Amino acid sequence: MYSDMVTARHYEERLQEEYLEGKQPKFDISAGPIPGELHLAAGHEPAAVGVCQHLEDEDTVTAPHRPHHIAIAKGVDLKRMTAEIFGRETGLSKGKGGHMHLFDPEVNFACSGIIAQGAPPAVGAALAAKKRNSDAVAVSYLGEGAINQGGFLESLNLAAVQNLPVVFVIEDNDWAISMPKGRVTDVSDGSQRASGFEMPGERIDHNDPVAVYEAAERAVGRARAGNGPSLIEVQVHRRMGHFMGDAQGYRPDEEMEKLDELDPIPRMEERLRAAGLDDERIESLRDAATERVEEAIDWAKDQPQPDPEDAYEDVFTNPPEGPAAAETGGDD
Amino acid sequence: MAKAREPEQTDRELTMSRAMVEAIATEMRDDEEVFVMGEDVADYGGIFDSTEGLLEGFGHERIMDVPISETSFIGAGVGAAQQGMRPIVELMFSDFFGVCMDQIYNQMAKNTYMSGGGVSVPMVLMTAVGGDYNDAAQHSQTLYGTFAHLPGMKVVVPSTAHDAKGLMHSAVRDDDPVVYMFHKRLMGIGWMPAPDGPKTGVPEGDYTIPFGEADVKREGSDVTVVTLGLHVHRALDAAESLADEGLDAEVVDLRTLVPLDIETVLESVQKTGRLVVVDEDYRSFGVTGEIIASVAESDLDALDAVERVAMPDVPIPYARPLEKEVQPDATDIEEAVRSVNE
Repeated sequence: MYSDMVTARHYEERLQEEYLEGKQPKFDISAGPIPGELHLAAGHEPAAVGVCQHLEDEDTVTAPHRPHHIAIAKGVDLKRMTAEIFGRETGLSKGKGGHMHLFDPEVNFACSGIIAQGAPPAVGAALAAKKRNSDAVAVSYLGEGAINQGGFLESLNLAAVQNLPVVFVIEDNDWAISMPKGRVTDVSDGSQRASGFEMPGERIDHNDPVAVYEAAERAVGRARAGNGPSLIEVQVHRRMGHFMGDAQGYRPDEEMEKLDELDPIPRMEERLRAAGLDDERIESLRDAATERVEEAIDWAKDQPQPDPEDAYEDVFTNPPEGPAAAETGGDD
Repeated sequence: MAKAREPEQTDRELTMSRAMVEAIATEMRDDEEVFVMGEDVADYGGIFDSTEGLLEGFGHERIMDVPISETSFIGAGVGAAQQGMRPIVELMFSDFFGVCMDQIYNQMAKNTYMSGGGVSVPMVLMTAVGGDYNDAAQHSQTLYGTFAHLPGMKVVVPSTAHDAKGLMHSAVRDDDPVVYMFHKRLMGIGWMPAPDGPKTGVPEGDYTIPFGEADVKREGSDVTVVTLGLHVHRALDAAESLADEGLDAEVVDLRTLVPLDIETVLESVQKTGRLVVVDEDYRSFGVTGEIIASVAESDLDALDAVERVAMPDVPIPYARPLEKEVQPDATDIEEAVRSVNE
């Protein structure tokens, strides 16, 4: 878990540096090596690693617009994911998806850039598992801002009535862009949403990866055993803006000042030391994570840009033939 | 017919977002029933600055940040409007309409008709459209055609600060639902620089621009280029380049899709004989086909040649070379104009 946490953290910090290249001092979204928006998840790591530790490649994960830490914990190919974020031909989606839309079918990982909209497909993956008598499970991640969405609530209901192997994981970082949780919902504990559907709901405070691990062990175990869905809410902390370029003027200074104190990574290190790991070992895990990230970024930056003509491919798996396709450039 | 004209004389230039906000603020001061509701519209000021600064003047009661629950808050806009209030509701990206489309096209758009005119829905649904910033297929669409296709909504697409203000005044005062679609690239946001065109002189006082009056942004005699939104500026750039080659393009800015001013388009085509329609929405079943069909129905003989320039029927890709390939630019417009003049 620690390795994945530090890999995710180093990855986010390096992406931030790469993203801001050419975008400073005046932020211009069109400049620099990484296109588009970038939503970073530094401070969210426990929710990713504590759950994904229990998952195999055949288990499905759907992630929201802030997906990198979850992808890393799920075992998504780091090099190809990085190439995708840099918009390169060898990226996971050949440069068509970008950082909010990462798809790695090898490990059953998918994303949606639209709030809560990954929940219904996760229910569908669980339905497929049930129909096929497989013991695969599905996990749907979403933010606390999404718990008021119809798509999420309908998914809880469908998963419950069909007794499907799904675990819903809410990452509660308290901010939906500029909106604090307290102003969008009267339920401070989002896991209470589960009670309306008679499924277990647990909230993990203090961003504690071990507590997440234990809660996920129960929830994933329950799903695999055919006992239906569960909901876990994990308190996490958003260390950066909603997206890069968000100056966070709406966020109180005292909260920003506390972020280092609340950082789950040093706290995990303390826990590891208490469990008997020496500093040298911790350092070596960090070094390995750094090396892995640097290798992925170096590799990605060396990859070719996509051929513009490739824009017309992949609209369909089985493309229609004939003049209509040619008309839109589709058949070359 | 709308006449070619300079923007009203004023030294005061505004970005398109400032012009929109100015109109909203004026309407809110004049009418207690006008309020704004949407995601990040208050403390943030709108992700694309569409409500920047309004919170300071009006407070959270009238500039309402809401949960990410589009079905609920857009539907609430419909309900408040049916009570006679004048809500301005923002759907952050037009791409997100899928989350809440029932409230838009079954409730907002149809209640007037289904009530036999007994109910009106004086609501503005404001939404951001457009790509050109590498945000991929779920955040870059320009879904003009979808909203204009479904009956019951007036659809407004400003291309300049001057038009944005006048059209916003008209939208808020209109007794019907108006979908006000602004292109992110035109707003003048710090992190997404706009081209030069949309920042124009804007009169301080309030003024309305009637719906259904296209504006000839550039007069010309050889070819009619019909477009809207961001692509007005790309068409004007193309027209300048073409002028060097001796081709004189007229650029018609539709400004509203519903109602559609086909008269102005037709008069221009009757003068030039050649028509190029440019749209950032998908090519098939959309604005380009509609304009060409309407002109053909009205006066087939006026048409010597036709071309359309639009987003090919592919989801909008992320990587820069891919998005650049599919998004229509000034060069594509120039090629189409040359082609209809061959």
